[in-house]
Amino acid sequence: MSYDLLKSVVVLIALLIAGGVFGWRAYQLLWINLRRGQKSPEAFGRWGERVKGVLAYVAAQGRLFRVLVPGTAHFFIFWGFLLLSLTILQAIVEGLFAFIDPHFKLPIIGEFGPLALIQDFFALFVVIAICYALYLRLVVNPERYKGSHKSQGVMVLSFIMTIMLTLLVFNGIAINLHKDSIAAWRPISTLFGLPFAGLDKTAQFVVGEIAYWLHLGVVMFFLTELPEGKHFHIVTSVPAVFLRDLDPPGRLPKAPEFDGKLGVSTVNQFRWRQMLDFYTCTECGRCQDVCPAYASAQILSPKLLMMNLREHLTARDGKPLIGDPISEQVLWSCTTCYACDQECPLFINRVKTIVDMRRYLVSEGRMDAQLQEALAKLGRYGNSFGQSERNRAKWAATVQPKIKDARKEPVEYLWFVGDYASYSPSVVDITRQTAAVFQRAGLDFGILYEGERNSGNDVRRVGEEGLFEMLVEKNVAALGKANFKTIVTTDPHTYNSLKNEYPADATRNTQHYAELLDQLITSGKLKFSKKLDYTVTYHDPCYLGRYNGVYAAPRRVIEATGCRLVEMPRHGDRALCCGAGGGRIWMEEGAVKERPSESRIREAVALDGVSVFVAACPKDITMFRDAVKTTGSEARLVVKDLIELVNEAMT
Amino acid sequence: MNLVVPIKLVPDLVEELVIDASGARLDPDALRLKLNEFDDHAIEQAILLKEKGAGQVTVVAPDIEGVDDALFTAAAKGADRLIKLTGNWNNGVNNHALARVFANFVETLRPELILTGVQAHNDLDGAVGPQLAEHLGMPYVGYVSGVVVFDNKAQVRKEFPGGLIAEMDVVLPAVLGIQAAEKPPRYVPISKVRATMKTAKLETFPAAELETAGAPTTVRLFQPETGARATMLAGDADAVATRLVEIFREQGIL
Amino acid sequence: MNSDIFVVIEHLRGQVSDISYVMLAAARGMANATGGKVIAVILGHDVETLARDLAADRVLYMEHAAFADFSSDAYQRALEGVIKEHAPRAVLFGDTTMGGDVAAWLSTHLALPLVSACRTFRADAGALKFVSQICGGKMMAEGDLPAPTTLVLMVPGGYKPEQGRAAQAPELARVNAPALDDLRVTVKDYVEPAVGDVDVSKEAVVVSIGRGIQNQDNVELAEELAKALGGVVAGSRPVIDQGWLAPTRLVGKSGKAVKPKLYLALGISGAPEHVEAIGDSEMIVAINTDPAAPIFDIAKFGSQVDMLDLMPVLTEKVQQAKGL
Repeated sequence: MSYDLLKSVVVLIALLIAGGVFGWRAYQLLWINLRRGQKSPEAFGRWGERVKGVLAYVAAQGRLFRVLVPGTAHFFIFWGFLLLSLTILQAIVEGLFAFIDPHFKLPIIGEFGPLALIQDFFALFVVIAICYALYLRLVVNPERYKGSHKSQGVMVLSFIMTIMLTLLVFNGIAINLHKDSIAAWRPISTLFGLPFAGLDKTAQFVVGEIAYWLHLGVVMFFLTELPEGKHFHIVTSVPAVFLRDLDPPGRLPKAPEFDGKLGVSTVNQFRWRQMLDFYTCTECGRCQDVCPAYASAQILSPKLLMMNLREHLTARDGKPLIGDPISEQVLWSCTTCYACDQECPLFINRVKTIVDMRRYLVSEGRMDAQLQEALAKLGRYGNSFGQSERNRAKWAATVQPKIKDARKEPVEYLWFVGDYASYSPSVVDITRQTAAVFQRAGLDFGILYEGERNSGNDVRRVGEEGLFEMLVEKNVAALGKANFKTIVTTDPHTYNSLKNEYPADATRNTQHYAELLDQLITSGKLKFSKKLDYTVTYHDPCYLGRYNGVYAAPRRVIEATGCRLVEMPRHGDRALCCGAGGGRIWMEEGAVKERPSESRIREAVALDGVSVFVAACPKDITMFRDAVKTTGSEARLVVKDLIELVNEAMT
Repeated sequence: MNLVVPIKLVPDLVEELVIDASGARLDPDALRLKLNEFDDHAIEQAILLKEKGAGQVTVVAPDIEGVDDALFTAAAKGADRLIKLTGNWNNGVNNHALARVFANFVETLRPELILTGVQAHNDLDGAVGPQLAEHLGMPYVGYVSGVVVFDNKAQVRKEFPGGLIAEMDVVLPAVLGIQAAEKPPRYVPISKVRATMKTAKLETFPAAELETAGAPTTVRLFQPETGARATMLAGDADAVATRLVEIFREQGIL
Repeated sequence: MNSDIFVVIEHLRGQVSDISYVMLAAARGMANATGGKVIAVILGHDVETLARDLAADRVLYMEHAAFADFSSDAYQRALEGVIKEHAPRAVLFGDTTMGGDVAAWLSTHLALPLVSACRTFRADAGALKFVSQICGGKMMAEGDLPAPTTLVLMVPGGYKPEQGRAAQAPELARVNAPALDDLRVTVKDYVEPAVGDVDVSKEAVVVSIGRGIQNQDNVELAEELAKALGGVVAGSRPVIDQGWLAPTRLVGKSGKAVKPKLYLALGISGAPEHVEAIGDSEMIVAINTDPAAPIFDIAKFGSQVDMLDLMPVLTEKVQQAKGL
């Protein structure tokens, strides 16, 4: 048998084995396993948007550049991979047809000069990017990689490096041996051929063939390894982005029910689209890097959670999930701040998945005593303070003129005050100032008085779906009695739920007061009598910023009052959560290294000249005023609500 | 094992307590009733016993506003039978009358163990439990914080002042006044309570004639005087410390 | 009609409890109004020791092996005969884990009226009136003490225990105990309360710290102040949850209730569950930078200075005052 024939036979066998192994594993993971999952309506519809998403987030690698240098490296590796997959194809075909023609070239792919030039350069870029990636993993080793499969990562990088180098070597030798008709288009390969140019032809042929076999061998082995870990994202990322959840992040899907219990307790109870997320996690750790729960206590890592779920899904043992491997503490640690999902290059939903498992814990009654008490109070009184609903508008008793009862007379704006703003003794003064600002701006507004209940935003995120539904029913009934055009909320959490989760006909148009103030200032209805002279920083509430994209309005309001705004390093969609969201404010704190709120205050204190910390959420006020005390920053910083600035500039 | 839990509702102290025109009772219109928290523990203890072995838990309550919620919640936790006793409860009822009504009805259930809340914050004529025990000729132990049941006896943990706990044997059938269930009352999700409302059956039986003798008559209700606000000490830390030392001296603390 | 006031003495393991002296103090006032005598009733052993400082005119006692421990069954049966025989104007029981098991049973069994949660009595034109504390202390109920005989369950707070103590032992009269066989309620064993740490509920000076302590290092400042004052450090829920103090030091609904001569609340806002447990303190002094903190509603003295500034200065001044 000639060497060329042998080559064809070996390549064919290798291709069949590697392709078979890959195909079989991919079939198991993506077909058999995912089909065990539940229906995923969120993966369908709005096809145009989905195509655009693939272009923006896969082709252009949109979200990867949020971490700039590694993102750029990935960009080149990704495109190199795509472009060079053609050369790999060429190499395979060349081998397959070696018995006919040892230098068989695919039409266009194998002999089109400009493509060869691009490929040649990308091979070099990939080599450089891989060098950087290896440096990042082995030398820098950033915190976000903690818990990721390091050896697997290094192995994959070495594979790609080998594939690139061998490609350049066997291309270079082909050029040396004058067997490449478009040699002029491959300057890098030419360069790589130079060290071998001095050898005799046979020796060069042997080196070239060794490079070829190494190239092909690694490609084939990589193919068999592909479905076994984080590199499976090479296969799943396009479907994951294409079939991503296009519902607003602030709208949770209805709780699934199994055997009369809400929530998810085994892996097969997830929707298949959630399962695809588990396979898509690249272990890049960007989620872990921005997670406030991880930073404060290292109990919850959103990345490890995904990795855990993936292992569980692959193991197919049908064991219960919660307790082991996913501890209750992990699930309760989440503040639902959405920073992880926002950061994820591949649109993995962690928050929604965590809430699904919390729902199960709640249906089992497994929760800490403090949370249980809060839920019991919410169930009975409609507020977490356990106060009579008759006292909900007690703060308004001293407000003159009396605030309209929106259930009794028509108003333009229905002000949905919320629990904290209504009951928290440290916040009600701000609530009264809000009323004063509205009144001075001549706003036609009213409140629901004792008809209002907690909106249920955080109740839902705790996982108490039934209680959420009950609160929605009560609020919708109260709203039904009122005649209004627009709802304005104090609390971003309330805002989120009313805007995204309540029946649209009950809530109509929902605004946060920052948006309303912005409009009133722009339209000239709200006028300031003086310019404030503070240097301030602004904290974006999670449920206003990340969840609902309201970043500019509060900043415009701050600037309109005359204050100078200095941004914290973590601002806008990178703003750090105060730690209170997702019902955390009702739970026992547990052991923490540094509270998110304290880390945030230290971040603000480090800014030059900033004396006021502006927030736009009643829970933030509570959390940050506390943190100013516990960090001993009273002399440096005051926490003010946005409305306090506005009120001060008006009077 | 046949476990019976008679429960009662009490004024929710979260709401403002308003004295009516007579000056001798709380204004029923301002009142909101809720399950006596000790009864909640009694229900929990009964369900824990049921979960440990065979048994049926029957919860019995006077048919007044708010009782359905309490009964359905008990069913969602695991109670088997829910019984409302109908009668003229409108004018409020004292524990002597309630104990007679309960005794009269509960006897028909032939219970082996009756668990009640050891007290309620509005008890003015003693707790229901010991009275019920006397009517039924059963022994009574109150302030119980743990129960194990054997063939014909219950082994209970009873709390004494100062934290001392006695382990006692009580011959069955018996009435126990529950101070605290072994575990705090569980949380039942609202969805489960709502589902239970659709499936659970509320049985109603007429209550025996109300016989209120044995309780005192309240002539006057009044709110206790609240202490005046603190006298605030002005000045810096040094001045305040100096003044405090004087105060401590005057009070004989130093 | 008998105008005597009976007081069922509560005792546990050889110790007469405070509520018994409170009841004796109350009974003295009642007896003055009715013209009767104060009669203490003791079921138990070593009656001489138990009775030695009771401010009663007479002690009726019963001895029986069954009284070695508290059995509601034995108490009920033993007292039934005494009350029936003497038919006093009132029989006082502690509204406690012991009296509560007995009085209501007797009320039903003897068809005698029962008043519970009684805090004080007053005599009004010869008629005795009770004042009971209900609804978690939010409401007081007043009414006539039904004649001829009423059983009463008493809560502390209305009278000082010292008023129920006497220098001389009262005269003792033995009463025969009924047959107490086949008791249906028997004590098998006792479980002692956990020991080891100090019992904050028994300390005369409690320096209590809240969230305002800010961090664990500052706890030492409070320790020093407590040491100077001859007291101990306790804390509210946030401090215990942080692990800055042992759980045995928790003052509050879920921890201990305290009744010191001085309760110094530092950086404590005064959440209801905390306030509930400090109400019996003789004097509460509150230090909190927040003028609206509810703790100031129950404190006798207050200040808005920073507790962290105050503690070292106060420690020094207290030490000076004690001549240390």
